Amino acid sequence: MTHLGYLLVGWGVTLGVGAIYAASLIRRGRRLAARVPAARRRWMTTEDE
Amino acid sequence: MESDIVEHTGSRTTRLLGASVFVGLVALVLLGFFVAPPDDDQLDAVRMIFIHVPSAIFTYVAFVTTAIGSVMWLLRRSIWWDTVAGAAAEIGVLFCGLTLFTGSVWGRPTWNTYWDWGDVRLVTTLILFLMMIGYLSVRSLGGSVEATATRAAVVGVLGAALLPIINRSVEWWENNTLHQKSSLTDGKLEGMTLFTLFVGIVVWGLFFAWSLIHRFRISWLERELRTTDLDQALRDRRAEGHRV
Repeated sequence: MTHLGYLLVGWGVTLGVGAIYAASLIRRGRRLAARVPAARRRWMTTEDE
Repeated sequence: MESDIVEHTGSRTTRLLGASVFVGLVALVLLGFFVAPPDDDQLDAVRMIFIHVPSAIFTYVAFVTTAIGSVMWLLRRSIWWDTVAGAAAEIGVLFCGLTLFTGSVWGRPTWNTYWDWGDVRLVTTLILFLMMIGYLSVRSLGGSVEATATRAAVVGVLGAALLPIINRSVEWWENNTLHQKSSLTDGKLEGMTLFTLFVGIVVWGLFFAWSLIHRFRISWLERELRTTDLDQALRDRRAEGHRV
């Protein structure tokens, strides 16, 4: 395969950054949800879970 | 019921979206590296298109969402829309950064350079990226909710005004750009290359939706937390007054 180094850097950084961002969203959500009173966590108390 | 309370921003919808993104990414890697054929001119470097074009498309989608949310704030003072605008802007900055990065890495083997300051498409995209970082900075400046949202909304609308210029730049300044014309509309892509690109766009769309829902909920919680803290401070102050 030609240009393999460029492809690995481009794809690797893209997927890596996306994964890190996704993990940070989940972590921020968990941290905040634990601090907000239950009555104000709107979508979190439904049968959706 | 207390036992039903969950301490995260997920839901059945986001879990379904997240699982779809994961499966889609595995399919995209397999299609992009092992099924789609190399290009006659660009050889295997063309495989960068499967991540670069979806990133660019969802940069547009994110900043248009920010612009819509900003206009709705300015017209209706809607907190919900302001929250959507802020959430979409953060994701847009992520996608815009990835668009610039993957375009640059793709440019080296195809144009023989990572960057060209004379290229209108590249420079206007960089200006958009910086403007939207400015938008996020304005949102974090502090001050009243109303003032912060209004200042940010103005920047959000101005940023979105760049989008048509960026999009049409390869036609308007075709002698002043290394960038090829739209990969989707010039009709040069076909077969598995075109199919893989569409898979990439769908996967990026699912990731955008997943991120937007989570980011919106985080912003909502941040707002609720500020209100809760303020309520508590007021209660403490009243209790202090009663004691005196």
